[in-house]
Amino acid sequence: MARVFMKGCEAIAEAAVRSGCRFFAGYPITPQNEIPEYLARRLPEVGGSFVQGESEVASINMVYGAAQTGTRAMTSSSSCGISLMSEGVSFMASARIPMVYVNVQRGGPGIGAIQPAQQDYAQATRASGNGGFRMMVFAPATVQEAVDMTYAAFDYAQRDRNPVLILADGVLGTIMEPVTLPETRSPEDVAQLKAQCRPWALVGHDPEKEARSFIAPGNWDTKKQQQKCIDNAALYESWKADVQVEELYLDDAEVVITAYGVSGRIARSAVQNLRREGLKVGLIRPKTVSPFPYESYEKLDFNRVKAILDVEMSIPAQMVTDVELAVKGRCAIETCLHSGGEIMGRAEIMDAVRKLCR
Amino acid sequence: MEKVYARTKTFQKEMVSGFCPGCMHGTVFKLIGEVMEELGIVDKTTCVLGVGCCGLAMEYITYDNTTSPHGRACAVATGIKRSTPEAVVYTYQGDGDLASIGLAETMSAANRGENITVIFVNNGIYGMTGGQMAPTTLVGMKATTAPQGRDPKEHGYPMHMCEILNQLTAPYYLERTSCNNPANVNKTKAAIKKAFRNQLDGKGFSMVEIVTSCPTNWGLDPIEALDFLENNMLKEFPLGVVRDKSKEGA
Repeated sequence: MARVFMKGCEAIAEAAVRSGCRFFAGYPITPQNEIPEYLARRLPEVGGSFVQGESEVASINMVYGAAQTGTRAMTSSSSCGISLMSEGVSFMASARIPMVYVNVQRGGPGIGAIQPAQQDYAQATRASGNGGFRMMVFAPATVQEAVDMTYAAFDYAQRDRNPVLILADGVLGTIMEPVTLPETRSPEDVAQLKAQCRPWALVGHDPEKEARSFIAPGNWDTKKQQQKCIDNAALYESWKADVQVEELYLDDAEVVITAYGVSGRIARSAVQNLRREGLKVGLIRPKTVSPFPYESYEKLDFNRVKAILDVEMSIPAQMVTDVELAVKGRCAIETCLHSGGEIMGRAEIMDAVRKLCR
Repeated sequence: MEKVYARTKTFQKEMVSGFCPGCMHGTVFKLIGEVMEELGIVDKTTCVLGVGCCGLAMEYITYDNTTSPHGRACAVATGIKRSTPEAVVYTYQGDGDLASIGLAETMSAANRGENITVIFVNNGIYGMTGGQMAPTTLVGMKATTAPQGRDPKEHGYPMHMCEILNQLTAPYYLERTSCNNPANVNKTKAAIKKAFRNQLDGKGFSMVEIVTSCPTNWGLDPIEALDFLENNMLKEFPLGVVRDKSKEGA
């Protein structure tokens, strides 16, 4: 298939439509406005619906409603807007409703900065709302990955009946790159995907013939609510089989850089340059940050690896908590950090590695 | 013997109501069920429940049902209706849900003219959480969070949702009714039927505001509560059609 030159946000939106997304509600916030703008044009062409919500709170609840009918539904926002969606996301995780949403991260906390950052890692992977639920969280580093992950995210969401988050950032949202777009699902396929949700979806039931659909984000019965939590925990555990990670030069690496998303992309470039200098540097780049690729660190020979360099556009570092869980104190962990909309510099990463190699 | 009255198929056969004596939620859900049967729409209707005492109904009704986060019922209904236009969608919300925490969702859905039916049950108080002040609490009326009574200097005045929504161009039908006597029960049923019929005809946003009593949190017995409703609530919230576009410019 021919490659096309697209902006990250628009490519994500097109991938969603191709995957069968037929409902989007969202509220303006920089730097993700091209997603709703694109879908306002695109969704009506395929018989879908676009609503500009009066707020992020309303938008996520519109998505909650649409998704309950089995319609593939999505929203997007950035950082502080994502916080406002946490109530609806938590309800969806509790009622087990499939949904895909995109966080094109900007600086934080608070209104932060409109420029790219990675300040929402802990929120994305640990607490995207109340109640201790988890989601699969994909962290694309290129527009192509963003497209492929968005396309697949709808399938994971439907498989698990759970929200899935695309954890992007302002660089990826606004950069233009050539991409190969996935196949467009036919109207028949999209209808079939919706029909597959019939056993639980709000599609209307005659009570004299069949049981109703009852979407329950909670329970009066404490035993039932505890069982819901047990079932959810089993689902989260099953994601170990879905880990995605890029590993480079781990066979002989003495220093391993670890980074996700745009930082991972810049780190990858730093690794290639440092290799040309003859330094034994490797890379672990989580492509899913939930589930986190703990196993990749387990494979390291800690007799050889002197240190791990955690690179993030977040201050304080956040992914480092997962890295610490993986490394279990077996080597030093250093950080190389930017934030506030200041993009990570490749030269800085290279300097940090050189120091560790000395 | 001829059977002249039966429970509608919209209720679970073995249900025991948890609504307090003198509460009107049971009456309103019964009227909705009768209307759904008469219109033949039970098998394609989804109820979006707000948060509050009305949430008890999730265990009572037999047709498709979801529970929205507090105040978000009109947004959830928007998503259901837009993605599945053949569905009949109604929200059922109390005054805290619709007029306080959900004010933006209510106003915006009305302003977009969403083709949904909104049943707004206004008893002037928070029921489920135990008698806190609502946006519709009367001036001088005591609440657990306004122990001296609602004071306009501190709390402002009761909100009139039908009249507020009547400032918007899009809403198709807005009527305030009550269930305090048989005649008003019948009028409420007619209003609910009209609000559902409007949706079936694709007319857009319809809301029926039903002024009801909450004996438990008003601190009155059910009979006294009916008197209070008649003498106080209905003075503040006059009954009648506030907007009916079917009657305009024919």
